Amino acid sequence: MDLTYTAEQEEFRAGLRSWLGDVLPKLPPRPDPRDWPGRRAYDAGWQRMLYDAGYAGLHWPVDAGGRGATPVQHLIFLEETEKAGAPYVGANFVGLLHAGPTIAAEGTDEQRRRWLPPVLRGDEVWCQGFSEPGAGSDLASLRTRAVRDGDAYVVTGSKIWTSHAEVADWCELLVRTDPQAPKHRGISWLAMPMDAPGVTVRPLRTLAGSTEFAEMFLDEVRVPVENRVGEENDGWRVTMVTLSFERGTAFVGEVVACRRVLGEVARAAKANGSWDDPALRRGLGRLAAEFSVLWRLTQWNVSEAERSLRAGGTGVPGTGGSVFKLRYSHARQELYDTAAEVLGPLAQDTGHPWTAERLSSLSYTIAAGTSQIQKNIVAERILGLPKG
Amino acid sequence: MRELLAGRFPREALRAAVDAGDALETGSGGASVVGGPPVVDRVLWRELGEAGFFALRLPEADGGVGLGLPEAVLVFEEAGRVLLPGPLVGTHLAATHLTGPVAAGAAAGELLVALALPPAPVGHLGAADAVLVLGEPGSQELGAGEPGSQEFGSGELGGTGVGLFAADGYPAAEIRSVDPLTPLHLPGSVLPPARALDGGAGVEAASAGADPVLAGADPVLLRREAALLTAALQVGSAGRTLAMAVQHARQREQFGRPIGAFQAVKHLCADMLVRLEMARTAVYAAAVSGDGFETAAARLLADDAASRNARDCLQVFGGMGFTWEADVHLHIKRSWVLAAGRGDTERHEEELAGELLQ
Ligand SMILES: Cc1cc2nc3c(=O)[nH]c(=O)nc-3n(C[C@H](O)[C@H](O)[C@H](O)COP(=O)(O)OP(=O)(O)OC[C@H]3O[C@@H](n4cnc5c(N)ncnc54)[C@H](O)[C@@H]3O)c2cc1C
Repeated sequence: MDLTYTAEQEEFRAGLRSWLGDVLPKLPPRPDPRDWPGRRAYDAGWQRMLYDAGYAGLHWPVDAGGRGATPVQHLIFLEETEKAGAPYVGANFVGLLHAGPTIAAEGTDEQRRRWLPPVLRGDEVWCQGFSEPGAGSDLASLRTRAVRDGDAYVVTGSKIWTSHAEVADWCELLVRTDPQAPKHRGISWLAMPMDAPGVTVRPLRTLAGSTEFAEMFLDEVRVPVENRVGEENDGWRVTMVTLSFERGTAFVGEVVACRRVLGEVARAAKANGSWDDPALRRGLGRLAAEFSVLWRLTQWNVSEAERSLRAGGTGVPGTGGSVFKLRYSHARQELYDTAAEVLGPLAQDTGHPWTAERLSSLSYTIAAGTSQIQKNIVAERILGLPKG
Repeated sequence: MRELLAGRFPREALRAAVDAGDALETGSGGASVVGGPPVVDRVLWRELGEAGFFALRLPEADGGVGLGLPEAVLVFEEAGRVLLPGPLVGTHLAATHLTGPVAAGAAAGELLVALALPPAPVGHLGAADAVLVLGEPGSQELGAGEPGSQEFGSGELGGTGVGLFAADGYPAAEIRSVDPLTPLHLPGSVLPPARALDGGAGVEAASAGADPVLAGADPVLLRREAALLTAALQVGSAGRTLAMAVQHARQREQFGRPIGAFQAVKHLCADMLVRLEMARTAVYAAAVSGDGFETAAARLLADDAASRNARDCLQVFGGMGFTWEADVHLHIKRSWVLAAGRGDTERHEEELAGELLQ
């Protein structure tokens, strides 16, 4: 495990820091979570600033419009932006962290030219249409059908829990193109324009009160065959590339943010006297230990990815991401439970940002693969236990 | 009681109440409980009164039901199971331990008596007629630095820490309650001046020792019963979320079989049952013994069972559990709000620990 930074990496860090110091004070105020057009505009604006400064798609390959930065530089980028309190990717999450990397890895030159630059500039928003009412943990059992008709697929079915569907321009959609084949072998990956006739989006309200995700009904939606990324019926493999990205790097910035919040919680505890409670102090101490280890685990996963790249591998984070996600999602919930203890009566007030975070943290053990599924992955793929 | 609640407070009524609370929360120009659509249904409240919910422990000679604490916790467990909104504990305690018109109105289900355990937020203050305050015995402090940083020092509460005040004008600032079924106010640090209570009750705000209304109110007993009845509400909720989780685990299929067939899900459900049974046993035992330490233990276990069972229920429900539409979040949020009123957990824990040394 290599945890020291080179002079070149430190230089990159210093340049980034000074840029952040310049631009962050000029950002507009953050929009209300219920104002989706406002949220999209805000996230797009931030992405555009990154693009103009040369920080967009840092770790994407140069021929995909990225800067070909190493995983470690990318890590430094995530660390510094979080430390500085810069905006989060927000509505650009899927484009930058799932669909974009998938197209970069599996798309044709033409597909890369069409879809990647607008993602990097913040001009186009993507959503992820994987889960269905009948296919959650068992994603490969998905049933949305795509039937070939000339130069298009005709897609019919329904998707659910599609985050950011309300404002998305494109959807990375998993469809069944061969109902006869074993379930993992009959799936294809399509880029579906959200304004295509036959697409209906019904926003769903989360327990936090806002509409973060939606149901999507697809009624004979025509998607051009040229929008398929990867071979027909090879969509499952294409998707797994995306999902490893999700588990491997998507939470890096959040761990940094959690460590910042932990410090704020401790200072609040000191200020309001709850620090005098030894049980609370011990709990905060244990969380501090957990998050510093989670950060180390992240660094280690990233340096593994870098080593794999240098050795000519994919650079795609491996199953280590499952161990990380399993512990991280619970630690995040414990962090905001502890914050609630420190807040005392104010923890019942959803107007307090820590209360809002406490509510949203409840999804962490479900979204992007439930804790039980992560445990199965760890048990079967890391420990080699038989499949259940 | 289960039948009354099933008939008069079915799921549709629960969701209607959520919508009412939600309208308060999201309404334009900031929420205003007074005048908004009611979360608490006054007609149902009166029916609860008629069924003896509040007068359960009054002697039959006084128009009560003549039962005891063990029966009361069973009834509160049912109310917790269906997440019945309203100041149930405060109204029940006022009916049982106070005298005069407020007590009579509470017993009949005519009045809503909010319970304030400073510095915890007060539930249903906007809808309530009166506020029963259980402050720290022997202390004048109402706690809560925010909002309102003034020292409380008027002495209105009296040495025992028990007081009864008009809800209207009670100094507290509304917050955006995490639980859509429990509007919350953060108490200020100054108590209101004594004055006539609203609702035609015509009783002066009173402080223990000084006023006959509170003459029978033993502060230690009141606090203990408030803790126990709240624990019973929590046990009801914990039982309900377990039942919901088990039902869902039997029906929902993934990988070609019910998710309940997976050991990981089975273990979640088994853990929920263990937590529930521990908490329920603790509550029943404390109700029979009336013991302070047993009550403290019951409170700790029940708060834990309610919040953790609700979270595990969410886990078993998957994405559906994270929606506003499913009832799971209502149980999580209620468990948080009820646990927040516990106030003296640490003292309980210290007492329980201290007991080890005896
Ligand atoms: C906030 C949020 C955002 C989301 N965003 C998106 C999105 O943008 N796009 C998208 O496609 N999806 C999205 N999802 C969906 C998410 O991926 C699914 O919710 C998740 O995969 C679980 O599926 P499910 O909800 O159907 O639960 P189920 O699969 O029904 O699971 C229910 C319970 O059964 C357990 N279980 C199931 N199978 C097994 C097994 N084999 N062994 C042990 N236990 C098992 C689970 O762990 C869980 O506890 C989002 C979800 C959330 C909560």
